[in-house]
Amino acid sequence: MAYEPFTILKSSGVPLPIENVDTDQIIPARFLKATERKGFGDNLFRDWRYNQDDTIIKDFVLNDPTYKGGILVAGKNFGSGSSREHAAWSIYDYGFRCIISSFFADIFKNNCLNIGVLPVKVEPTFLKDLYEIIYENPNTEIMVDLPSQLVLVEENNLAASFEISSYKKNNLLNGFDDIDYLLNIKNEINDFAKKTLF
Amino acid sequence: MGNNLTLFDKVWESHVVKRVSDGPDILFIDRHLVHEVTSPVAFQGMKERNIKVLFPARTFATADHNTPTINQHLPVKDAMSANQLKTLEKNTEEHDISYWGLGHKKNGIVHVIGPENGITLPGATIVCGDSHTSTHGAFGAIAFGIGTSEVEMVLSTQCVMQMKPKKMRINIDGSLKKGVTPKDVALFIISNLSTSGATGCFVEYSGDVFSNMSMEGRMTVCNLSIEMGARGGMIAPDQKTYEFLKEKEFAPKGGKWKKAMEYWSTLYSDENAIFDVEYVFKAESIEPMITYGTNPGMAIGLSKKIPKSAQGGENSHTKSLTYMGFNDGESMVGKKIDFVFLGSCTNGRAEDFSAFAKVVKGHQKSKNVTAWLVPGSHFVAKEIRKNGVAKTIEKAGFEIREPGCSACLAMNDDKVPPGKYAISTSNRNFEGRQGPGSRTLLASPIMVAAAAITGKITDPRKYID
Ligand code: SF4
Repeated sequence: MAYEPFTILKSSGVPLPIENVDTDQIIPARFLKATERKGFGDNLFRDWRYNQDDTIIKDFVLNDPTYKGGILVAGKNFGSGSSREHAAWSIYDYGFRCIISSFFADIFKNNCLNIGVLPVKVEPTFLKDLYEIIYENPNTEIMVDLPSQLVLVEENNLAASFEISSYKKNNLLNGFDDIDYLLNIKNEINDFAKKTLF
Repeated sequence: MGNNLTLFDKVWESHVVKRVSDGPDILFIDRHLVHEVTSPVAFQGMKERNIKVLFPARTFATADHNTPTINQHLPVKDAMSANQLKTLEKNTEEHDISYWGLGHKKNGIVHVIGPENGITLPGATIVCGDSHTSTHGAFGAIAFGIGTSEVEMVLSTQCVMQMKPKKMRINIDGSLKKGVTPKDVALFIISNLSTSGATGCFVEYSGDVFSNMSMEGRMTVCNLSIEMGARGGMIAPDQKTYEFLKEKEFAPKGGKWKKAMEYWSTLYSDENAIFDVEYVFKAESIEPMITYGTNPGMAIGLSKKIPKSAQGGENSHTKSLTYMGFNDGESMVGKKIDFVFLGSCTNGRAEDFSAFAKVVKGHQKSKNVTAWLVPGSHFVAKEIRKNGVAKTIEKAGFEIREPGCSACLAMNDDKVPPGKYAISTSNRNFEGRQGPGSRTLLASPIMVAAAAITGKITDPRKYID
């Protein structure tokens, strides 16, 4: 799936300091009936954003106009549970391009990288500082610099580096996906397939 | 190869087509399972790139996530669900993939029908756009869940690109006490490791407990690997594994079986195998387990009380207990239950129905509960008819529905209403998992059965000999 290349993102952050947020919360199963990848942002965190009668839950952070921006700052073990890529789609579709957390669930992280959302893993202490900074001044600019693998809050002198494989980095910088790569080595794959047992 | 390889290493390495430097491995996938919910966008992507499925014969499709569990012979009422099923039917037709749709005799939950039909094999790589693909690891396969982008990758190139995970071993020796089932073993492990304790790892289960377990039990354990964050779980194949698979439709036959056996006999962790992480538990310390919170790691033994705080921090713990309507310090025994769910790829196999039947035999369904008993597949449904288990269950006042994922993820009509309590043999007690506002307690088939006849959390041990 083509996506916008990711280089440097400067934005304020939206704090969600809850741990173990699973993909059923990010996008509940009843919204997985679509056959096309569009409109998922409307139902991102659906049951935390809206009551069952569709009225708005005011104190949920996405409904609080104080906090906005393209960076979601999330609690530990974000994206656990179901492998539904719809979770990553809804985050992208809502307008987030980057998630900062101290820990990501495996499949979710992979899904994000595959569709152009950058998961940035930081130390728990960094995350804590970041929350404090955002709560103090919700408009604080956070800079996520993929080429130099840095996350930076200049105003507060807060900085950390993050890891990403050079392969995935290159993909994100250019908006490539794995299928482009795999299609290029189809002959090797075909040869390999001939030798398999099953 | 040296003599310090793990089971996982052996299977993984034999499937690496190529390594990308400072990047992922390109892993060849032997068999790919497809269902209606996570595949449409993948097929759409292929259409846009104008490519076809590379190896249709390695691809198997079923409808399970979004299907009704009654009146499957009638047209599906919900328009969006019907469209999703229609889309899969069209896509499989277009790409020459075998499709076991609603009503087909091989239809059922993707992780139940894989083993049943011999699609699941030791030493194979298996993926599916569903996290509980880990189930197939019970046969010594490397099996894991993938996202839709990866479904598209596998459809079009039969490969995924993934970093090789770390290796974890969980060893449990000794013998399980009465009434302690594979589900309890799994919940016990997750409650010890937490829901992120195995993230980035592939787990091998070893020791007496797992070698003594039936194939069904092994599937339950491997199924739940994902709930501690693991990429997957596996158990070395043995005689039981081969007995189970022999003569299954898609398993190798004749000379091919012999050749496969040669490979399979190498599938164990070497004596000096190196694991990144190891855990050791004792079988005797495990008791029947039940969850009290909103993730599968929030589980306790029946004799224990809800703890004051848990992994995940104070906030998440309190938020979770508030959602569930429980308080710390309480016992789970005696808590009222409104709904009962027996089914899912965790515990929806014939053995699970037999276990349920043993408990309810000679009793009656509690008037206060609504019970959904959903076989994992048509094979399972047929089997329990044949061996009389279905009859025993029906005599106790229960009704058996038609196969599918059902209330495991509540995409269809089987939804637990807001605020109601469900005891469930499935795998996730997340907020709203079984319907918006629903409250789920995860447990074994026998504990679910005991609750189904008493209307509350009851120690199942008094109902079995
Ligand atoms: S039964 Fe539940 S966990 Fe298993 S495949 Fe279906 S939805 Fe997934």
